[in-house]
Amino acid sequence: MFSSFSIQLLQQYWWVIISVLGAAFVFLTFVQGGQTLLLQVAKNKEQKDLIVNSIGRRWDLTFTALVVFGGAFFASFPLFYSTSFGGAYWVWMLILFTFILQAVSYEYRTKAGNFLGTKTYEWFLFVNGFLGIILIGAAVGTFFSGSNFIVDKIDITTGSAVSKWTKPTHGLEAVWTVYNGYPAFLVNLSLALAVFALSRVLGGQYLLYTIDNEELTTKIRKQLRICSTLFLVFFLLFLGLILTKEGFAVNPQTKQVFLEKYKYLHNLLAMPLVLVIMLVGVVLVLWGLFLSLFKKSNNGFWFTGAGSTMAVLALFLIAGFNNTAFYPSIADLQSSLTIENASSSHFTLVVMSWVSLFVPFVIAYVWYSWRSLTRKKITIEELQNDNMSY
Amino acid sequence: MVLLDALTGWARAQFALTAFYHWLFVPLTLGLSFIVAFMHTIYVRTGDEKWKETTKFWMKLFAVNFAIGVATGIILEFEFGTNWSNYSWFVGDIFGAPLAIEGIFAFFLESTFVAVMLFGWNRVSKKFHLLSTWLTAFGTNLSAVWILVANAWMQDPAGTVFNPNTGRNEMVSFLNVALSETAVYKFLHTIMQAYLLAAFFVVGVSAWYLLKNRHLFFAKRSILIASVFGFLASIMVAITGDGSAYNVAKKQPMKLAAIEGLYNGTTNAGLVLIGIHKDNADALGIRLPGMLSFLATRDFNGFVPGMKDLIEGNKQYNIPSMQERIESGKIAIDAFKNYDLAKKQGDTIAANQYKQTLMANFHNFGYGFMDNPQQAKPKILNITFYSFHLMVALGFYFILAFLWTIYLTMKDKIANNKLALKLSILNIFLAYLASQLGWIVAEVGRQPWTIQDLLPTWTSVTQLSVANVKTTFFIFLIIFTVLLIAELGIMFKMIGKGPNLKEEEV
Repeated sequence: MFSSFSIQLLQQYWWVIISVLGAAFVFLTFVQGGQTLLLQVAKNKEQKDLIVNSIGRRWDLTFTALVVFGGAFFASFPLFYSTSFGGAYWVWMLILFTFILQAVSYEYRTKAGNFLGTKTYEWFLFVNGFLGIILIGAAVGTFFSGSNFIVDKIDITTGSAVSKWTKPTHGLEAVWTVYNGYPAFLVNLSLALAVFALSRVLGGQYLLYTIDNEELTTKIRKQLRICSTLFLVFFLLFLGLILTKEGFAVNPQTKQVFLEKYKYLHNLLAMPLVLVIMLVGVVLVLWGLFLSLFKKSNNGFWFTGAGSTMAVLALFLIAGFNNTAFYPSIADLQSSLTIENASSSHFTLVVMSWVSLFVPFVIAYVWYSWRSLTRKKITIEELQNDNMSY
Repeated sequence: MVLLDALTGWARAQFALTAFYHWLFVPLTLGLSFIVAFMHTIYVRTGDEKWKETTKFWMKLFAVNFAIGVATGIILEFEFGTNWSNYSWFVGDIFGAPLAIEGIFAFFLESTFVAVMLFGWNRVSKKFHLLSTWLTAFGTNLSAVWILVANAWMQDPAGTVFNPNTGRNEMVSFLNVALSETAVYKFLHTIMQAYLLAAFFVVGVSAWYLLKNRHLFFAKRSILIASVFGFLASIMVAITGDGSAYNVAKKQPMKLAAIEGLYNGTTNAGLVLIGIHKDNADALGIRLPGMLSFLATRDFNGFVPGMKDLIEGNKQYNIPSMQERIESGKIAIDAFKNYDLAKKQGDTIAANQYKQTLMANFHNFGYGFMDNPQQAKPKILNITFYSFHLMVALGFYFILAFLWTIYLTMKDKIANNKLALKLSILNIFLAYLASQLGWIVAEVGRQPWTIQDLLPTWTSVTQLSVANVKTTFFIFLIIFTVLLIAELGIMFKMIGKGPNLKEEEV
């Protein structure tokens, strides 16, 4: 089946998969959101344990989604992997450091002999939820605002690097970059803060959904009000910025990259399905927030979660489709990465496409096991009687 | 010239550091997952609460170890991009695939079911819970498959063709990548060694209880299961080790010469049993006559090339000199450059000629990045030599150690044999040592290649200022060391506390 597909079709198929994984990851950052709420809303050990045991049973799913996102990007668009990870070195390294800290913190937090003490591990979780998410948000922002690199494939013949980053700060400049007088950093920062606020909204909603504790849920709802407002402000700012800014367009004939006014708005209008996904996504997010804030419902999580997944999916799609450079270079426009010039070969994409057919099966068992663990709400009594809990 | 340049040196050091730490935790996880699954099965079949607590005890140790394995593992995947960007671009088509497959098939499996395994005791049915424990074990081991396939491919780039139009290597056969002889042996040897290590861990910890006269039934039960498991694994380690060496002789003759300390190639070559490494000469020591020839060629009279033959060439056995390979590599690189230029200028005739020259010399492509033949061998030969011999010696010792433990357990004499118990504790450390030595043999022994014959390390590395990589190296060193201390602290406390079984059982 897949081997008869054209390379262009396979590239688009893989961009959809990358977008879905990216969107799923953003949804799953409710774990990180919960981590930043931990120190703020829990006032005693029991409440902390409740929160940790609620999100902690899901942390490795988010972690895995990040790893798979990286692996899938590597396999399908290797030039992105080599350019961005090697180039924006400090951004990715800092993200990785926070994820190392996260991976041990749940398991080690309350164990005897853990060397650093409970409080330190709780701070590790906070650092991951704060710095890790902000940096990931800013990194994805550069898909719309551009980065500083030059790609020249023939350079391998001299033994030097094919992709070179032109700033010694290796990615950290994303938070102060101005390009042609345009404050590109605002795009990166607004997305970073929107994603951070969203993670806290989702985290709060997930806690409401899984925990049975009156005192805690009251506090969480208060945080939800603040974070929802901040999320809406920064998300609308980001959306306003990218829909009105110049985008990085590709001439389909000559493959030249050029700046096009309202490029991302044009992309949305040129792809009505994506526009619909975006709009439905936004409506669902708002409905979920409405349920959590005004209806005192505990099911807002699923609506806001599904809605934000759709909205992020639409963002990835307008970044890569409709002759757009998904990883633009502002150091050298023609070095910008497109799904065409960054992709793997036809053969690899075919192999990977067969593999992708298993994804629905994976989602099914993840879903089933998730349900089986969360069917009952978590209570303090249960944790005290369970010697396997965190 | 110990390190070719500081950047490559630090990037290698960083990768070695992360790999070293990762491999402190992974083998135990791989093996313990199955041991826990066996125990859990016995519990579900017998309904015996003592087995439940036994399972829980080892499961908790598994979880502590699993978490830090995950923490160190994420770095390895991303480091290919952050520090080896040319490599990632040059072979991303082939190398990225197993990593992505690992994520989709294995990581989701383990991360999903490890949560059910740890937290499902009172939340899911007994059967689904047991299934989750087995799926965790399979998922954990499945993730080892794909990363080892990826590593094997670097040592033996099978199933791949260079495409001069994209300047990259492209996969032509997924099966050849996934099931190359190198991949199969690498996987089996590594995974069996991991089972062996986990078995020693269980035996050693249980031995400690016996020495302290605590949890006798629990300890004896655990020892029996683990030492049978470990004995079978140790036999498999020896068999697959032999297969790996035969394969290395075929695919990486320089590595074989390095680990055996063989300078002058010979027929009827002897295998060093114990010896001292010599630079630019054969190792001094006691040899088993003809054994190296048999290991490498399956013929006691077969010719095994030494380092000298591989560098200076050997006409009799049709081995080209390194100088010839370097020249051929430079021709390939030049032809690639000219092909690219001719194609841009639309000169198809010239382009075709360059392409022919390129493909005829491509098998030496990586040598074209070298300036002199000495760069084509590992820099620190003595390390590979001693690592290999110590590893092999330990491997044979392990078989005997398991046999002895099984014998003593069957005769019910193990609890009183202080020497066997103390040795069992020591064996944990020896197993870890052998495990790390194996990776030194594999990775230092294959230098200077990132991809055998195609890309040396210094052409693979990301262009960063050295200060960046140095800084991240030390950050990793500090984080990992602190977390290791925490991990050991928790493990020792848990072991000291012991399983949740009443001591009066003693």
